[in-house]
Amino acid sequence: MSVLVVVECDGGEVKKSSLEVASYGSQVAQMLGTTATAIAVGEATEANLAKLGEQGIAKVLYDAEPRLKDFVNGAYTKLIATAAQKEDSKLIVLANSNIGAAVGSRLSIRLEASLATNVVALPKTDGGFSVKRGVFSGKAFADVELAGERKIIAVKKNSIEALHEEGKTAQVESFSAQLTDADFADAPKEVVMQDQAGGVLLPEADLVVSGGRGMKGPENWNLIEDLAKALGAATACSKPVSDVDWRPHHEHVGQTGITVSPNLYIACGISGAIQHLAGVNSSKVIVVINKDPEAPFFKAADYGIVGDVFDVLPKLTQAVKELN
Amino acid sequence: MKFLVCISNVPDTTTKITFTPDNKAFNKAGVQFVINPWDEYALTRAIELKEAQGSGTVTVLNVGEADTEPNIRKALAIGADDAIRINAHPKDAFFVAKQIASVAKEGGYDVILMGKESIDYNGFQVHGMVGELLGIPTVAPAMKLDMSGNTATLEREIEGGKEIVEVNAPFVASCQQPMCEPRIPNMRGIMTARTKPLKVVEPTADAPRTEVDTFALPPAKQGVKLIAAENAGELIKLLRNEAKVI
Repeated sequence: MSVLVVVECDGGEVKKSSLEVASYGSQVAQMLGTTATAIAVGEATEANLAKLGEQGIAKVLYDAEPRLKDFVNGAYTKLIATAAQKEDSKLIVLANSNIGAAVGSRLSIRLEASLATNVVALPKTDGGFSVKRGVFSGKAFADVELAGERKIIAVKKNSIEALHEEGKTAQVESFSAQLTDADFADAPKEVVMQDQAGGVLLPEADLVVSGGRGMKGPENWNLIEDLAKALGAATACSKPVSDVDWRPHHEHVGQTGITVSPNLYIACGISGAIQHLAGVNSSKVIVVINKDPEAPFFKAADYGIVGDVFDVLPKLTQAVKELN
Repeated sequence: MKFLVCISNVPDTTTKITFTPDNKAFNKAGVQFVINPWDEYALTRAIELKEAQGSGTVTVLNVGEADTEPNIRKALAIGADDAIRINAHPKDAFFVAKQIASVAKEGGYDVILMGKESIDYNGFQVHGMVGELLGIPTVAPAMKLDMSGNTATLEREIEGGKEIVEVNAPFVASCQQPMCEPRIPNMRGIMTARTKPLKVVEPTADAPRTEVDTFALPPAKQGVKLIAAENAGELIKLLRNEAKVI
Protein backbone atom coordinates (compact mmCIF):
# COMPACT_ATOMS: atom_id res chain seq x y z
CA MET A 1 0.00 0.00 0.00
CA SER A 2 1.60 3.28 -1.06
CA VAL A 3 0.41 6.88 -0.88
CA LEU A 4 -0.61 7.97 -4.38
CA VAL A 5 0.30 11.53 -5.37
CA VAL A 6 -1.25 13.18 -8.42
CA VAL A 7 1.34 15.34 -10.16
CA GLU A 8 0.18 17.94 -12.72
CA CYS A 9 2.60 18.77 -15.52
CA ASP A 10 2.51 21.48 -18.14
CA GLY A 11 4.81 21.92 -21.13
CA GLY A 12 7.09 19.15 -19.82
CA GLU A 13 7.55 20.74 -16.38
CA VAL A 14 6.04 19.63 -13.08
CA LYS A 15 3.89 22.50 -11.71
CA LYS A 16 5.20 24.17 -8.56
CA SER A 17 1.99 23.31 -6.70
CA SER A 18 2.56 19.65 -7.59
CA LEU A 19 6.10 19.75 -6.14
CA GLU A 20 4.39 20.80 -2.90
CA VAL A 21 1.81 18.01 -3.26
CA ALA A 22 4.60 15.46 -3.87
CA SER A 23 6.43 16.70 -0.75
CA TYR A 24 3.20 16.45 1.26
CA GLY A 25 2.56 12.92 0.00
CA SER A 26 6.06 11.64 0.73
CA GLN A 27 5.96 13.08 4.27
CA VAL A 28 2.61 11.45 4.99
CA ALA A 29 3.92 8.19 3.53
CA GLN A 30 6.80 8.34 5.97
CA MET A 31 4.38 8.96 8.88
CA LEU A 32 2.40 5.90 7.78
CA GLY A 33 5.50 3.74 7.25
CA THR A 34 5.14 3.39 3.50
CA THR A 35 6.38 4.98 0.26
CA ALA A 36 4.88 7.55 -2.11
CA THR A 37 4.10 6.81 -5.75
CA ALA A 38 3.21 9.61 -8.18
CA ILE A 39 0.85 9.41 -11.13
CA ALA A 40 1.69 12.14 -13.64
CA VAL A 41 -0.95 13.93 -15.74
CA GLY A 42 -0.42 16.48 -18.51
CA GLU A 43 2.62 16.88 -20.73
CA ALA A 44 5.71 15.59 -18.91
CA THR A 45 9.28 14.55 -19.66
CA GLU A 46 10.88 11.47 -18.13
CA ALA A 47 13.84 13.53 -16.86
CA ASN A 48 11.59 15.95 -14.97
CA LEU A 49 9.49 13.13 -13.53
CA ALA A 50 12.61 11.33 -12.29
CA LYS A 51 13.55 14.54 -10.44
CA LEU A 52 10.46 14.05 -8.25
CA GLY A 53 12.85 11.93 -6.17
CA GLU A 54 13.97 15.25 -4.71
CA GLN A 55 10.50 15.62 -3.22
CA GLY A 56 10.72 12.12 -1.73
CA ILE A 57 8.79 10.25 -4.43
CA ALA A 58 9.94 6.64 -4.92
CA LYS A 59 8.17 5.80 -8.17
CA VAL A 60 6.34 7.72 -10.91
CA LEU A 61 3.68 6.19 -13.15
CA TYR A 62 3.23 7.86 -16.52
CA ASP A 63 0.72 7.08 -19.25
CA ALA A 64 2.06 8.51 -22.54
CA GLU A 65 -1.43 8.55 -24.19
CA PRO A 66 -1.22 11.85 -26.16
CA ARG A 67 -4.84 12.84 -25.44
CA LEU A 68 -3.96 13.14 -21.74
CA LYS A 69 -1.95 16.29 -22.49
CA ASP A 70 -5.06 18.45 -21.87
CA PHE A 71 -7.35 18.00 -18.90
CA VAL A 72 -10.20 15.55 -19.55
CA ASN A 73 -12.26 14.86 -16.43
CA GLY A 74 -13.46 11.37 -17.42
CA ALA A 75 -10.05 10.15 -18.57
CA TYR A 76 -8.09 11.65 -15.67
CA THR A 77 -10.51 10.17 -13.12
CA LYS A 78 -10.18 6.69 -14.62
CA LEU A 79 -6.39 6.99 -14.93
CA ILE A 80 -5.96 7.93 -11.28
CA ALA A 81 -8.52 5.37 -10.05
CA THR A 82 -6.69 2.64 -11.97
CA ALA A 83 -3.34 3.72 -10.53
CA ALA A 84 -4.84 3.76 -7.01
CA GLN A 85 -6.08 0.20 -7.47
CA LYS A 86 -2.73 -0.99 -8.88
CA GLU A 87 -0.87 0.55 -5.95
CA ASP A 88 -3.56 -0.46 -3.45
CA SER A 89 -3.48 3.16 -2.23
CA LYS A 90 -5.59 4.09 0.77
CA LEU A 91 -4.55 7.74 0.54
CA ILE A 92 -4.49 9.96 -2.55
CA VAL A 93 -2.98 13.45 -2.43
CA LEU A 94 -3.61 16.04 -5.13
CA ALA A 95 -3.44 19.80 -5.65
CA ASN A 96 -6.40 21.97 -4.68
CA SER A 97 -6.46 23.22 -8.27
CA ASN A 98 -9.23 23.29 -10.84
CA ILE A 99 -7.96 19.89 -12.01
CA GLY A 100 -7.51 18.48 -8.52
CA ALA A 101 -10.98 19.52 -7.35
CA ALA A 102 -12.69 18.23 -10.50
CA VAL A 103 -10.98 14.85 -10.35
CA GLY A 104 -10.81 14.47 -6.57
CA SER A 105 -14.56 14.90 -6.10
CA ARG A 106 -15.37 12.24 -8.72
CA LEU A 107 -12.71 9.88 -7.32
CA SER A 108 -14.14 10.17 -3.82
CA ILE A 109 -17.38 8.62 -5.04
CA ARG A 110 -15.76 6.03 -7.31
CA LEU A 111 -13.32 4.84 -4.64
CA GLU A 112 -15.72 5.37 -1.69
CA ALA A 113 -13.20 7.68 -0.08
CA SER A 114 -13.59 10.60 2.31
CA LEU A 115 -12.36 13.88 0.84
CA ALA A 116 -10.85 17.06 2.29
CA THR A 117 -10.02 20.00 0.00
CA ASN A 118 -8.14 23.25 0.68
CA VAL A 119 -5.85 21.45 3.16
CA VAL A 120 -3.03 23.56 4.64
CA ALA A 121 -1.06 21.21 6.92
CA LEU A 122 0.13 17.62 7.33
CA PRO A 123 -2.46 15.30 8.93
CA LYS A 124 -2.69 14.44 12.60
CA THR A 125 -2.76 10.66 12.94
CA ASP A 126 -2.85 10.23 16.72
CA GLY A 127 -6.06 8.34 17.31
CA GLY A 128 -7.84 9.24 14.10
CA PHE A 129 -6.93 11.01 10.90
CA SER A 130 -7.59 14.74 10.77
CA VAL A 131 -6.41 17.60 8.56
CA LYS A 132 -6.48 21.37 8.89
CA ARG A 133 -8.28 23.10 6.04
CA GLY A 134 -9.19 26.67 5.14
CA VAL A 135 -12.87 27.60 5.57
CA PHE A 136 -15.01 30.75 5.36
CA SER A 137 -12.99 31.89 2.35
CA GLY A 138 -9.74 32.30 4.21
CA LYS A 139 -11.30 33.85 7.32
CA ALA A 140 -10.87 30.68 9.44
CA PHE A 141 -9.54 27.13 9.65
CA ALA A 142 -11.17 23.84 10.60
CA ASP A 143 -9.68 20.57 11.83
CA VAL A 144 -11.63 17.92 9.94
CA GLU A 145 -11.77 14.23 10.79
CA LEU A 146 -11.78 11.93 7.73
CA ALA A 147 -13.72 8.70 8.12
CA GLY A 148 -13.33 5.40 6.31
CA GLU A 149 -10.50 3.29 4.98
CA ARG A 150 -9.74 5.43 1.92
CA LYS A 151 -9.00 9.14 1.98
CA ILE A 152 -8.31 11.89 -0.55
CA ILE A 153 -6.57 15.16 0.35
CA ALA A 154 -6.37 18.25 -1.89
CA VAL A 155 -3.52 20.50 -0.72
CA LYS A 156 -3.80 24.28 -0.97
CA LYS A 157 -1.05 25.98 -2.95
CA ASN A 158 1.83 27.60 -1.08
CA SER A 159 0.84 26.07 2.25
CA ILE A 160 3.48 23.30 2.28
CA GLU A 161 7.20 23.88 1.76
CA ALA A 162 8.48 21.75 -1.15
CA LEU A 163 11.32 19.37 -0.20
CA HIS A 164 14.55 19.46 -2.22
CA GLU A 165 16.78 16.47 -1.56
CA GLU A 166 19.43 17.18 -4.17
CA GLY A 167 20.37 14.27 -6.42
CA LYS A 168 17.63 11.80 -5.41
CA THR A 169 15.72 10.34 -8.33
CA ALA A 170 12.43 8.51 -8.69
CA GLN A 171 11.94 5.45 -10.84
CA VAL A 172 9.71 6.31 -13.83
CA GLU A 173 7.45 3.48 -15.01
CA SER A 174 5.21 3.54 -18.04
CA PHE A 175 1.65 2.79 -17.11
CA SER A 176 -1.53 2.30 -19.09
CA ALA A 177 -5.05 2.65 -17.77
CA GLN A 178 -6.39 1.14 -21.03
CA LEU A 179 -8.33 4.33 -21.76
CA THR A 180 -10.89 4.15 -24.56
CA ASP A 181 -12.59 6.80 -26.72
CA ALA A 182 -15.52 6.85 -24.29
CA ASP A 183 -13.19 8.12 -21.54
CA PHE A 184 -12.43 11.16 -23.68
CA ALA A 185 -16.09 12.07 -24.35
CA ASP A 186 -15.73 15.32 -22.39
CA ALA A 187 -12.39 16.30 -23.99
CA PRO A 188 -12.07 20.04 -24.66
CA LYS A 189 -12.72 21.23 -28.21
CA GLU A 190 -10.22 23.98 -27.73
CA VAL A 191 -7.78 25.25 -25.10
CA VAL A 192 -7.14 28.99 -24.92
CA MET A 193 -4.29 30.27 -22.77
CA GLN A 194 -4.20 33.87 -21.55
CA ASP A 195 -1.44 36.33 -22.22
CA GLN A 196 0.16 36.74 -18.83
CA ALA A 197 1.96 39.97 -18.08
CA GLY A 198 5.55 38.88 -17.45
CA GLY A 199 4.53 35.27 -17.98
CA VAL A 200 3.67 34.59 -14.32
CA LEU A 201 0.41 32.75 -13.62
CA LEU A 202 -1.53 34.28 -10.72
CA PRO A 203 -2.64 31.01 -9.06
CA GLU A 204 0.95 29.69 -9.05
CA ALA A 205 2.69 32.99 -8.23
CA ASP A 206 5.05 33.54 -5.28
CA LEU A 207 4.84 37.31 -5.67
CA VAL A 208 1.73 39.31 -6.58
CA VAL A 209 1.25 43.00 -7.33
CA SER A 210 -2.42 43.98 -7.18
CA GLY A 211 -4.32 47.17 -8.00
CA GLY A 212 -7.64 48.61 -6.88
CA ARG A 213 -9.87 51.55 -7.69
CA GLY A 214 -7.14 53.87 -6.41
CA MET A 215 -5.35 53.22 -9.73
CA LYS A 216 -8.06 55.46 -11.26
CA GLY A 217 -8.25 53.67 -14.62
CA PRO A 218 -6.93 50.83 -16.81
CA GLU A 219 -4.57 53.25 -18.58
CA ASN A 220 -2.50 53.45 -15.37
CA TRP A 221 -1.92 49.70 -15.09
CA ASN A 222 1.54 50.05 -16.63
CA LEU A 223 2.67 51.16 -13.14
CA ILE A 224 1.47 47.84 -11.68
CA GLU A 225 2.90 45.86 -14.60
CA ASP A 226 6.30 47.58 -14.42
CA LEU A 227 6.73 46.68 -10.75
CA ALA A 228 5.43 43.14 -11.35
CA LYS A 229 7.86 42.68 -14.22
CA ALA A 230 10.82 43.96 -12.22
CA LEU A 231 9.95 41.56 -9.35
CA GLY A 232 8.94 38.61 -11.53
CA ALA A 233 5.46 38.84 -9.97
CA ALA A 234 1.96 38.15 -11.27
CA THR A 235 -0.62 40.96 -11.48
CA ALA A 236 -4.02 40.91 -9.79
CA CYS A 237 -6.88 43.28 -8.99
CA SER A 238 -9.80 43.87 -6.62
CA LYS A 239 -13.44 43.05 -7.44
CA PRO A 240 -14.57 46.61 -8.32
CA VAL A 241 -11.77 46.78 -10.89
CA SER A 242 -12.81 43.57 -12.65
CA ASP A 243 -16.50 44.53 -12.32
CA VAL A 244 -15.92 47.65 -14.44
CA ASP A 245 -13.70 45.69 -16.86
CA TRP A 246 -10.50 47.59 -16.18
CA ARG A 247 -8.92 44.17 -15.80
CA PRO A 248 -10.04 40.63 -16.78
CA HIS A 249 -12.02 38.74 -14.15
CA HIS A 250 -9.37 35.99 -13.86
CA GLU A 251 -7.20 38.57 -12.07
CA HIS A 252 -9.91 39.23 -9.46
CA VAL A 253 -8.66 38.23 -6.03
CA GLY A 254 -11.14 37.97 -3.16
CA GLN A 255 -13.94 36.00 -1.61
CA THR A 256 -15.74 35.36 -4.92
CA GLY A 257 -12.61 35.46 -7.07
CA ILE A 258 -9.32 33.65 -6.69
CA THR A 259 -7.86 33.03 -3.26
CA VAL A 260 -4.10 33.49 -3.34
CA SER A 261 -1.45 32.68 -0.75
CA PRO A 262 1.81 34.05 -2.18
CA ASN A 263 4.94 34.91 -0.20
CA LEU A 264 4.40 38.59 -0.99
CA TYR A 265 1.20 40.47 -1.84
CA ILE A 266 1.53 44.17 -2.70
CA ALA A 267 -1.84 45.97 -2.67
CA CYS A 268 -1.87 49.31 -4.51
CA GLY A 269 -4.85 51.62 -4.08
CA ILE A 270 -7.01 48.88 -2.52
CA SER A 271 -8.92 49.91 0.61
CA GLY A 272 -9.19 46.35 1.98
CA ALA A 273 -12.87 45.39 2.10
CA ILE A 274 -13.44 42.23 4.16
CA GLN A 275 -14.26 40.28 0.97
CA HIS A 276 -10.91 41.23 -0.56
CA LEU A 277 -8.98 40.37 2.62
CA ALA A 278 -10.57 36.92 2.57
CA GLY A 279 -8.83 36.25 -0.74
CA VAL A 280 -5.35 37.33 0.37
CA ASN A 281 -4.98 36.95 4.12
CA SER A 282 -3.04 33.71 3.91
CA SER A 283 -0.25 35.57 2.07
CA LYS A 284 3.00 35.40 4.05
CA VAL A 285 3.82 39.13 3.77
CA ILE A 286 1.33 41.85 2.84
CA VAL A 287 2.37 45.33 1.71
CA VAL A 288 -0.27 48.06 1.45
CA ILE A 289 0.18 51.33 -0.46
CA ASN A 290 -2.70 53.74 -0.03
CA LYS A 291 -3.01 57.49 0.34
CA ASP A 292 -5.75 57.07 2.97
CA PRO A 293 -4.08 56.31 6.34
CA GLU A 294 -7.47 55.04 7.59
CA ALA A 295 -7.76 52.34 4.87
CA PRO A 296 -8.72 49.11 6.69
CA PHE A 297 -6.13 47.15 4.71
CA PHE A 298 -3.32 48.64 6.86
CA LYS A 299 -4.64 46.60 9.81
CA ALA A 300 -3.96 43.39 7.88
CA ALA A 301 -0.59 44.52 6.49
CA ASP A 302 3.00 43.78 7.50
CA TYR A 303 4.45 46.82 5.73
CA GLY A 304 2.67 49.96 4.61
CA ILE A 305 3.29 53.20 2.77
CA VAL A 306 0.81 56.04 3.23
CA GLY A 307 1.19 57.82 -0.08
CA ASP A 308 0.05 58.32 -3.64
CA VAL A 309 0.41 55.15 -5.73
CA PHE A 310 1.34 57.25 -8.76
CA ASP A 311 4.32 58.62 -6.87
CA VAL A 312 5.29 55.49 -4.89
CA LEU A 313 5.05 52.75 -7.55
CA PRO A 314 7.75 54.17 -9.91
CA LYS A 315 10.06 54.56 -6.90
CA LEU A 316 9.55 50.92 -5.94
CA THR A 317 10.16 49.72 -9.50
CA GLN A 318 13.35 51.78 -9.63
CA ALA A 319 14.52 50.37 -6.28
CA VAL A 320 13.95 46.77 -7.45
CA LYS A 321 15.94 47.43 -10.63
CA GLU A 322 18.79 48.91 -8.59
CA LEU A 323 18.77 45.94 -6.24
CA ASN A 324 19.02 43.48 -9.10
CA MET B 1 -35.66 21.68 -20.53
CA LYS B 2 -35.72 20.93 -16.85
CA PHE B 3 -33.11 22.84 -14.86
CA LEU B 4 -32.20 21.97 -11.28
CA VAL B 5 -30.32 24.73 -9.44
CA CYS B 6 -28.72 23.85 -6.10
CA ILE B 7 -28.32 26.73 -3.66
CA SER B 8 -26.76 26.96 -0.23
CA ASN B 9 -27.57 29.32 2.57
CA VAL B 10 -24.38 31.07 3.73
CA PRO B 11 -23.31 33.99 5.95
CA ASP B 12 -23.28 37.31 4.11
CA THR B 13 -19.86 38.11 2.59
CA THR B 14 -19.27 40.97 5.08
CA THR B 15 -19.71 38.67 8.10
CA LYS B 16 -17.04 38.74 10.78
CA ILE B 17 -16.53 35.05 11.46
CA THR B 18 -16.72 33.87 15.09
CA PHE B 19 -17.33 30.50 16.73
CA THR B 20 -19.14 29.12 19.75
CA PRO B 21 -17.01 29.13 22.96
CA ASP B 22 -16.02 25.46 22.48
CA ASN B 23 -14.95 26.24 18.86
CA LYS B 24 -17.16 23.41 17.64
CA ALA B 25 -19.62 25.44 15.59
CA PHE B 26 -20.02 28.67 13.68
CA ASN B 27 -21.65 31.39 15.79
CA LYS B 28 -24.84 32.31 13.91
CA ALA B 29 -25.88 35.04 16.36
CA GLY B 30 -26.64 38.29 14.57
CA VAL B 31 -25.47 36.92 11.21
CA GLN B 32 -27.40 37.67 8.04
CA PHE B 33 -27.67 34.65 5.70
CA VAL B 34 -27.75 34.99 1.91
CA ILE B 35 -27.90 32.79 -1.16
CA ASN B 36 -24.30 31.67 -1.77
CA PRO B 37 -22.93 34.28 -4.23
CA TRP B 38 -21.55 31.61 -6.59
CA ASP B 39 -24.99 29.94 -6.72
CA GLU B 40 -26.53 33.22 -7.90
CA TYR B 41 -24.69 32.78 -11.21
CA ALA B 42 -26.17 29.30 -11.60
CA LEU B 43 -29.69 30.51 -10.76
CA THR B 44 -29.71 33.51 -13.06
CA ARG B 45 -28.15 31.62 -15.97
CA ALA B 46 -30.75 28.82 -15.66
CA ILE B 47 -33.55 31.41 -15.76
CA GLU B 48 -31.99 33.14 -18.78
CA LEU B 49 -31.64 29.85 -20.67
CA LYS B 50 -35.21 28.85 -19.86
CA GLU B 51 -36.46 32.23 -21.09
CA ALA B 52 -34.40 31.93 -24.29
CA GLN B 53 -35.87 28.47 -24.94
CA GLY B 54 -39.40 29.75 -24.30
CA SER B 55 -40.32 26.66 -22.28
CA GLY B 56 -39.07 24.51 -19.44
CA THR B 57 -38.77 24.82 -15.69
CA VAL B 58 -36.22 25.94 -13.13
CA THR B 59 -36.38 24.08 -9.83
CA VAL B 60 -34.37 25.31 -6.85
CA LEU B 61 -32.98 22.77 -4.41
CA ASN B 62 -31.58 23.47 -0.96
CA VAL B 63 -30.37 21.08 1.71
CA GLY B 64 -31.17 22.91 4.92
CA GLU B 65 -33.40 23.31 7.93
CA ALA B 66 -36.51 25.51 7.94
CA ASP B 67 -34.49 28.69 8.58
CA THR B 68 -33.23 28.61 4.97
CA GLU B 69 -36.74 29.19 3.55
CA PRO B 70 -36.44 33.00 3.25
CA ASN B 71 -33.54 32.52 0.82
CA ILE B 72 -35.40 29.77 -1.06
CA ARG B 73 -38.31 32.23 -1.45
CA LYS B 74 -35.81 34.81 -2.66
CA ALA B 75 -34.65 32.39 -5.39
CA LEU B 76 -38.30 31.91 -6.38
CA ALA B 77 -38.71 35.69 -6.46
CA ILE B 78 -35.70 35.97 -8.77
CA GLY B 79 -37.50 33.67 -11.19
CA ALA B 80 -37.31 29.96 -10.31
CA ASP B 81 -40.62 28.11 -10.80
CA ASP B 82 -40.65 25.81 -7.81
CA ALA B 83 -38.44 24.66 -4.97
CA ILE B 84 -37.47 21.59 -2.97
CA ARG B 85 -35.98 21.74 0.51
CA ILE B 86 -34.31 18.62 1.88
CA ASN B 87 -35.05 18.95 5.55
CA ALA B 88 -31.59 18.40 7.05
CA HIS B 89 -28.51 20.21 8.26
CA PRO B 90 -25.97 20.00 5.38
CA LYS B 91 -23.49 17.82 7.29
CA ASP B 92 -20.76 17.57 4.65
CA ALA B 93 -20.28 17.66 0.87
CA PHE B 94 -20.85 13.91 0.48
CA PHE B 95 -24.13 14.04 2.42
CA VAL B 96 -25.34 17.02 0.36
CA ALA B 97 -24.29 15.38 -2.93
CA LYS B 98 -26.26 12.23 -2.04
CA GLN B 99 -29.37 14.33 -1.37
CA ILE B 100 -29.02 16.20 -4.67
CA ALA B 101 -28.40 12.99 -6.62
CA SER B 102 -31.48 11.40 -5.07
CA VAL B 103 -33.70 14.36 -6.08
CA ALA B 104 -32.10 14.54 -9.53
CA LYS B 105 -32.68 10.83 -10.20
CA GLU B 106 -36.33 11.09 -9.33
CA GLY B 107 -36.96 14.36 -11.19
CA GLY B 108 -35.19 13.54 -14.47
CA TYR B 109 -33.50 16.94 -14.81
CA ASP B 110 -31.56 17.82 -17.98
CA VAL B 111 -29.20 20.40 -16.53
CA ILE B 112 -27.98 20.55 -12.93
CA LEU B 113 -26.30 23.81 -11.98
CA MET B 114 -24.69 25.06 -8.78
CA GLY B 115 -22.03 27.55 -7.72
CA LYS B 116 -18.36 26.70 -7.87
CA GLU B 117 -18.24 26.29 -4.10
CA SER B 118 -19.98 27.66 -1.02
CA ILE B 119 -18.29 30.63 0.63
CA ASP B 120 -18.57 29.02 4.09
CA TYR B 121 -17.00 25.56 3.75
CA ASN B 122 -15.29 26.16 0.39
CA GLY B 123 -15.39 22.48 -0.47
CA PHE B 124 -15.58 22.73 -4.28
CA GLN B 125 -16.63 19.05 -4.14
CA VAL B 126 -20.38 18.69 -4.58
CA HIS B 127 -20.45 19.16 -8.39
CA GLY B 128 -18.08 16.25 -9.08
CA MET B 129 -19.71 13.99 -6.52
CA VAL B 130 -23.18 14.57 -8.02
CA GLY B 131 -21.87 13.97 -11.56
CA GLU B 132 -20.19 10.74 -10.49
CA LEU B 133 -23.22 9.53 -8.50
CA LEU B 134 -25.43 10.08 -11.55
CA GLY B 135 -22.83 8.86 -14.05
CA ILE B 136 -22.96 12.09 -16.07
CA PRO B 137 -20.28 14.65 -17.00
CA THR B 138 -19.38 17.59 -14.76
CA VAL B 139 -17.88 20.82 -16.02
CA ALA B 140 -16.24 22.76 -13.19
CA PRO B 141 -15.72 25.64 -12.80
CA ALA B 142 -17.72 27.00 -15.73
CA MET B 143 -17.42 30.67 -16.75
CA LYS B 144 -19.81 30.51 -19.70
CA LEU B 145 -22.75 28.27 -20.60
CA ASP B 146 -24.76 28.25 -23.82
CA MET B 147 -27.29 25.67 -24.94
CA SER B 148 -28.25 24.65 -28.46
CA GLY B 149 -30.88 21.92 -28.41
CA ASN B 150 -29.54 19.19 -26.18
CA THR B 151 -25.92 20.31 -26.46
CA ALA B 152 -24.18 22.71 -24.13
CA THR B 153 -21.03 24.68 -24.90
CA LEU B 154 -19.14 25.72 -21.81
CA GLU B 155 -15.98 27.58 -20.97
CA ARG B 156 -14.14 25.87 -18.17
CA GLU B 157 -11.52 27.82 -16.26
CA ILE B 158 -8.10 26.20 -15.98
CA GLU B 159 -5.04 27.71 -14.30
CA GLY B 160 -3.86 30.32 -16.79
CA GLY B 161 -6.57 29.88 -19.41
CA LYS B 162 -9.77 28.18 -20.40
CA GLU B 163 -11.06 25.08 -22.14
CA ILE B 164 -14.01 25.10 -24.51
CA VAL B 165 -16.05 21.98 -23.67
CA GLU B 166 -19.13 20.55 -25.37
CA VAL B 167 -21.37 18.12 -23.52
CA ASN B 168 -24.83 16.69 -24.05
CA ALA B 169 -27.53 16.89 -21.41
CA PRO B 170 -27.83 15.59 -18.79
CA PHE B 171 -24.77 17.17 -17.19
CA VAL B 172 -23.66 19.08 -14.08
CA ALA B 173 -21.91 22.46 -14.17
CA SER B 174 -20.53 24.51 -11.30
CA CYS B 175 -20.73 28.19 -12.12
CA GLN B 176 -18.70 31.32 -11.53
CA GLN B 177 -18.34 34.78 -13.02
CA PRO B 178 -18.50 36.13 -15.70
CA MET B 179 -21.32 33.73 -16.63
CA CYS B 180 -24.08 36.33 -16.23
CA GLU B 181 -25.15 39.34 -14.21
CA PRO B 182 -26.96 37.87 -11.18
CA ARG B 183 -30.53 39.15 -10.95
CA ILE B 184 -32.16 40.64 -7.91
CA PRO B 185 -35.85 40.12 -7.14
CA ASN B 186 -38.37 42.72 -8.29
CA MET B 187 -41.68 43.50 -6.57
CA ARG B 188 -43.73 41.33 -8.92
CA GLY B 189 -41.32 38.44 -8.36
CA ILE B 190 -41.58 38.82 -4.59
CA MET B 191 -45.40 38.76 -4.78
CA THR B 192 -45.58 35.67 -7.03
CA ALA B 193 -42.90 33.81 -5.03
CA ARG B 194 -45.27 33.56 -2.06
CA THR B 195 -47.52 31.13 -3.86
CA LYS B 196 -44.94 29.13 -5.83
CA PRO B 197 -44.65 25.49 -4.69
CA LEU B 198 -42.00 24.69 -2.06
CA LYS B 199 -41.84 21.00 -1.31
CA VAL B 200 -40.16 19.73 1.86
CA VAL B 201 -38.56 16.29 1.58
CA GLU B 202 -36.94 14.21 4.32
CA PRO B 203 -33.24 13.29 3.73
CA THR B 204 -31.82 9.92 2.73
CA ALA B 205 -30.13 7.86 5.43
CA ASP B 206 -26.57 8.51 4.17
CA ALA B 207 -23.93 9.28 6.78
CA PRO B 208 -21.37 12.05 6.22
CA ARG B 209 -17.76 11.03 5.62
CA THR B 210 -16.11 14.03 7.27
CA GLU B 211 -16.68 15.88 10.51
CA VAL B 212 -15.30 19.14 11.89
CA ASP B 213 -13.48 18.68 15.22
CA THR B 214 -12.70 22.33 15.91
CA PHE B 215 -12.59 25.71 14.22
CA ALA B 216 -9.86 28.31 14.65
CA LEU B 217 -9.24 31.87 13.53
CA PRO B 218 -5.97 32.79 11.80
CA PRO B 219 -3.32 34.36 14.07
CA ALA B 220 -3.58 38.15 14.30
CA LYS B 221 -1.03 40.27 12.43
CA GLN B 222 1.78 41.82 14.49
CA GLY B 223 0.97 45.34 13.32
CA VAL B 224 2.03 47.28 10.27
CA LYS B 225 5.51 48.78 9.82
CA LEU B 226 5.11 52.10 8.04
CA ILE B 227 7.68 53.46 5.61
CA ALA B 228 7.62 57.13 4.58
CA ALA B 229 6.49 57.72 1.00
CA GLU B 230 9.65 59.78 0.25
CA ASN B 231 11.75 56.73 1.18
CA ALA B 232 9.65 54.21 -0.73
CA GLY B 233 12.79 52.44 -2.00
CA GLU B 234 13.54 51.50 1.63
CA LEU B 235 10.59 49.07 1.48
CA ILE B 236 12.32 46.98 -1.19
CA LYS B 237 15.40 46.62 1.03
CA LEU B 238 13.22 45.52 3.96
CA LEU B 239 11.44 42.96 1.77
CA ARG B 240 14.79 41.47 0.79
CA ASN B 241 16.78 41.70 4.02
CA GLU B 242 14.14 41.54 6.76
CA ALA B 243 11.11 39.70 5.35
CA LYS B 244 13.31 37.74 2.90
CA VAL B 245 10.55 37.36 0.32
CA ILE B 246 12.28 38.85 -2.75
